[in-house]
Amino acid sequence: MALEIVESCVNCWACEPLCPSKAIVEAKPHFLIDADKCTECLGDFTDPQCATICPIEGAIVNELNEPLNPAGSLTGIPPARWAQVQREISAR
Amino acid sequence: MDLPTIQPRETSGCSAGSCGSNSSQMSGLSDDVRRRVQDHPCYSEEAHHHFARMHAAVAPACNIQCHYCNRKYDCANESRPGVVSELLTPEQAIKKTLAVAAAIPQMSVLGIAGPGDPLANPERTFATFRALAEKAPDIKLCVSTNGLALPECVEELAKHNIDHVTITINCLDPEVGAKIYPWIFWKNKRIFGKEAAAILIEQQQKGLEMLVAKGVLVKVNSVMIPGVNDEHLKEVSKVVKAKGAFLHNVMPLIAEAEHGTFYGVMGQRSPSPEELKALQDACEGDMNMMRHCRQCRADAVGLLGEDRGAEFTMDKVEAMNFDEDFLAEAMARRVALREQVAAEREAKHAKVHAPQPMGQAVITLHRPQKSALAGRPVLMAVAAKGGLINEHFGHAREFLVYEVTGAGAKLIGHRKTDLYCSGDDTCGEGESVLERTIRALSGCEVVLCSKIGYEPWGKLEAAGIQPNGEHPMEAIEPACIAVWNEMLKAGRLAPRQTEKQVA
Repeated sequence: MALEIVESCVNCWACEPLCPSKAIVEAKPHFLIDADKCTECLGDFTDPQCATICPIEGAIVNELNEPLNPAGSLTGIPPARWAQVQREISAR
Repeated sequence: MDLPTIQPRETSGCSAGSCGSNSSQMSGLSDDVRRRVQDHPCYSEEAHHHFARMHAAVAPACNIQCHYCNRKYDCANESRPGVVSELLTPEQAIKKTLAVAAAIPQMSVLGIAGPGDPLANPERTFATFRALAEKAPDIKLCVSTNGLALPECVEELAKHNIDHVTITINCLDPEVGAKIYPWIFWKNKRIFGKEAAAILIEQQQKGLEMLVAKGVLVKVNSVMIPGVNDEHLKEVSKVVKAKGAFLHNVMPLIAEAEHGTFYGVMGQRSPSPEELKALQDACEGDMNMMRHCRQCRADAVGLLGEDRGAEFTMDKVEAMNFDEDFLAEAMARRVALREQVAAEREAKHAKVHAPQPMGQAVITLHRPQKSALAGRPVLMAVAAKGGLINEHFGHAREFLVYEVTGAGAKLIGHRKTDLYCSGDDTCGEGESVLERTIRALSGCEVVLCSKIGYEPWGKLEAAGIQPNGEHPMEAIEPACIAVWNEMLKAGRLAPRQTEKQVA
């Protein structure tokens, strides 16, 4: 079992020092999790630390490719509102 | 390669309103505090005309989320807090700071302000401070934080001789806080809502008290969010002042849908310049208020209101050689410039307060006759750099706004012409730059600049704003007072109906 960082990562470094398994590595274009080292923090913390501080919805996923922080869960912006505003901006 | 050394401009600055004993911003400060902030552009209104600052973007991580921030955002055309183009390692930041401080002798301050929270990146932040304290000991170091990790960092901050700290405090009430901060990261958990806000508020207040107890100067920043914390900020101002913060800086919320922030996307409006001024006036009662903040990027370089970051990219900086001679010469230039500014200030101060010399209109304007006080205050926008009216209307990226009476001209804020974006001329709502500028100047009755074209002249007049190009290269405040006196003579400053006196 391991978590994965995907392309929406903004390289903010918040997760890297928190990982109890030192599984997070700086990489281009974005940080990565070493799947061999990641334990999803089992035995160390109740919550996986990277996903607990990550500010970007969808940037960290589990083995089923499900985001640990789904759209709207961190910003409070309802996904429908987000989509509507994006349409309005591109229509300008 | 060496970066060119920029010769200091003549440092003639503002005049009496900000220099002398009638400066409202500095008047409540002790001599000790004045001395400590006199070269700091962010803390001293007068210093911001003369001295430059740099923000080193070494701190990407954050431990909270604010509804006015979007961590995904990075745009070269944007100028607002939290935005950077290039994240630096501490080693890079040290080199860049030394390069900037060598090329711009006005540089007096290195701040770390993000793009995340400096104290959520303590190793990177303190490594930068440690090296700079050694290699450029004359540069003041300061830090701007949300306060969550502040109490545990106070010892370390004091150890690195950091003499100025800014805490962003938007509320004292967790009910209000829950509308501003959706979550915090606290003791290995993400905490939401009121519980999160209560922890953050407690940490901020504790940090403020600990810093004051250590003798560190603390400025408090607050973001004014209409309908959320605007009324509440009056209470915040009282409390932080009582706890020993020496300056309160109420800044307007910046929220546009394209920034992708919660407030921007959800349509939370920003305050108007008039609303901001009203709140700043209300908070001013017993607090030193700051009116010249420009809400800089976390990688800003140069005088407030300008950004020269693009001149100091890492490829240029990496090629430089920072040997001992280089560092010593650069520091000598900075020290010489500061001495020059201090001497000019002292001379000007002496002149303003000396018995009135004959034949100097500028000085007589500072000493208006009693009858001149009868007119109402007028807001005037000024296109100026370095304290002089030296900018063409169409080239000004910002206008300083002064509240002018016969007794003096007081800086009350600034208006950006590009409304935080210098991208496409018509980006946004298809409004021209000129129309946007005129809108940004709402409430002002006069705009002073060195020159102005025919088209903007007409449009400004039509909008009820009188353009004035008659004081090019003059110091701001005497010129404003002269214009005010002309308006008074012309009968345009009749007191408002309610105050009308029988002649």
